[in-house]
Amino acid sequence: MTALLSLQSVSKRYGAVQANAGINLVVDPGSIHAILGENGAGKSTLMKLIYGVESPDAGVILWKGQPVNLSSPAEARALGIGMVFQHFSLFETLTVVQNIALIVPGRKTDLARRIRTLGDEFGLNVDPEAMVHALSVGERQRVEIIRCLLLNPELLILDEPTSVLPPQSVARLFETLRALQARGVAILFISHKLEEIKELCDTATILRGGQVTGRVDPRGHSAKDLATLMIGRAMPPPLPATVQAVGEVRLELSGLDFVNDDPFGVSLSDISLRVHSGEIVGIAGISGNGQQELAALISGEVVQPGDMIRMLGHAVGAVGVAQRRKMGFAFVPEERLGRGAVPEMSLADNALLTAHGAGLVQNGFIRRTPERAYTAACIARYDVRTPGPEAEAGALSGGNLQKFIMGREMMLEPKLLLVSQPTWGVDIGAATDIRQRLVAMRNAGAAILVISEELEELFQICDRLHVLHKGHLSPCLPTHATTVEEVGTYMIGAGKSPEVAA
Amino acid sequence: MNAVDFILAGMLAAATPMLLAALGEMVVERSGVLNLGLEGMMALGAALGFITTYTYQSHALGFLAAGLGGAALSLVFALIVLGFVANQVAAGLAIGILGTGLSALFGKSFESLTISGLPKMALPLLSDLPVVAALFVQDVVVWLTIALALSIWAVMNHSKLGLIIRAVGENPHAARAIGFRVLPIRCAAIAFGGALAGIAGAYASTVYTPLWADGMIAGRGWIALALVVFGTWQTGRVVFGAFLFGALSLGELTTQAAGVNIPSQLLACVPYIVTILMLAVISSNRRRMRLNTIASLGQPFEK
Repeated sequence: MTALLSLQSVSKRYGAVQANAGINLVVDPGSIHAILGENGAGKSTLMKLIYGVESPDAGVILWKGQPVNLSSPAEARALGIGMVFQHFSLFETLTVVQNIALIVPGRKTDLARRIRTLGDEFGLNVDPEAMVHALSVGERQRVEIIRCLLLNPELLILDEPTSVLPPQSVARLFETLRALQARGVAILFISHKLEEIKELCDTATILRGGQVTGRVDPRGHSAKDLATLMIGRAMPPPLPATVQAVGEVRLELSGLDFVNDDPFGVSLSDISLRVHSGEIVGIAGISGNGQQELAALISGEVVQPGDMIRMLGHAVGAVGVAQRRKMGFAFVPEERLGRGAVPEMSLADNALLTAHGAGLVQNGFIRRTPERAYTAACIARYDVRTPGPEAEAGALSGGNLQKFIMGREMMLEPKLLLVSQPTWGVDIGAATDIRQRLVAMRNAGAAILVISEELEELFQICDRLHVLHKGHLSPCLPTHATTVEEVGTYMIGAGKSPEVAA
Repeated sequence: MNAVDFILAGMLAAATPMLLAALGEMVVERSGVLNLGLEGMMALGAALGFITTYTYQSHALGFLAAGLGGAALSLVFALIVLGFVANQVAAGLAIGILGTGLSALFGKSFESLTISGLPKMALPLLSDLPVVAALFVQDVVVWLTIALALSIWAVMNHSKLGLIIRAVGENPHAARAIGFRVLPIRCAAIAFGGALAGIAGAYASTVYTPLWADGMIAGRGWIALALVVFGTWQTGRVVFGAFLFGALSLGELTTQAAGVNIPSQLLACVPYIVTILMLAVISSNRRRMRLNTIASLGQPFEK
């Protein structure tokens, strides 16, 4: 049997970074083939080479045994390769059918009909006339998949398709993919989630540092084996769960409403929660359900007068970011570059931005020696891999910069810490480190609110969970007394919310 | 001729230079590029259009030369902002100043010369209507401009080409990922906008006031830029804004002619003030602005 797609010694370099080095890959017709690797292992680059977005520096790509030289995605589509991007390649101000008409030929009315037919056939229901910005993330992914399927691909590439989906939608996606496999479509499934790969895929090629480190049948290996292949050493041990008594309330939201006049944003309604000293409370849910708005309201970036937000014993509705920080509040935003740190500035100057109160400024002038010492201490204590305090923040890898920002905030010894997506795009080693430090802070008596999409992470470190869905907050779920399934029900809005029950 | 007839007869022609330039700029901005050099491209078009029409006694050749000149200048802009990925605001301002300077240089020996304009065409039936008849007696360029506005509306909203331009303007990275070539598309949009700006300038110098005087574009390029934003990048609103401005500027003339005792400088400000007010009112609807604003406008794109 000729392989559908095979890559021989394919390499790609971006500046100083060797993203792919001598990659060999064989995809058989009708197989579901996993590409497994950590963030930065070169998975996305490899897919861009196969889909013709980028061209390899060296090596050969064979399609059904014939060498091909893809210079654009249009050529890849003509061969029968379709791709569903991780950060979707959809246009928010266009409708579903307009987005699809961009690359699928045909009259709009025909396309709309075919979108509905495919939707019924593969469980990919979506309204062809809806504007994309009004769709949920899961629906947007369906649009991307439909757009590929309308071109009758023989190979479908999905880049981290489950990272944006609630557990129930993941099961639905897998059904769709199996139905496609039954039709003879081969699937390249890119992921770093081991259990999913074991469940779905028949072959897995493992990447680490831009190189192939193994090709296995994932069904015959334990998750631990796969993880070892993926990160090059044994998985870090899970954190020990400790029970401790909580202290006073440090953050209290009571009936917080927020009307968003941004049509692409989310309004919040009747959000109530408490965070006590000595506990970690998690906010689960798919991004785009009000997380950014909630974080902005708690951090003070958006000020809404009233006493719906009480922080460390004071109503802070009308109080801005700086005063909230002075009270002992600290915040790690989800966007590391641009909000958490200024990419063009040195680490020392970035430290100054929030730690200026720690004796780094005198009479309005920066005291360079303490600034450097503070930054150096942060780098050493939080294991940030960088040449030193003068390094530009933008030059650090995602994981290192996140460790630096977390360290900067933790060194302020906040009484209340809000962390948004603490380990997005961070490799497993650094992620474990960050989680352990959060737990250590909790043990030392800090009140911590974590907003995260990673359920596994929330279950590891949180004492209690809430789920945010379309601007509504679920009731409080103690982590030891709930399940992934229950949280998942709230994530898709199927749980009993207090509004519905009332 | 009473004041109403005067305004109806002249408002479309008064609006046409701004409208042509604004329609072109709208397409450019829809593709994600901000070209602030409109005033200069119009000035260059005005000079080249006048010189060619004067020399060859042909308005058609004049418009052709003006369109080519505007497009050529806009391609210099394209080279700077797309090729060298320079700041679009700075590059646009520089190109605008360059165009104004070139128009003065080329037009120097034609100062104060005049040519004949274009004859008016009456639309059958419509020009027999009571009260509004004067509105339907216009020169051919006015009618072509309105037809062009309709075509641009149809292309932007109902054709694949329009979809591609809008996609490139909203998210150039996604557009590239699905296989559209962002830079050639933006370059073509810039050249189209430049050509229309040149033609707009030529209309001002060879038809609306058929004479050459340095500085005769007199800020119309800036008004056109404002109209694009005021119209929230929607063809219909841009057309409405241009006609409103045309009517107001003629209304100001009739008020002066009627001898109303208001300083003429203040009256001359009225169209601008009203335009700014309308702009502020429209922009105050955050929802509408957010839905229509071009997400990548003015941002450099590097693959």
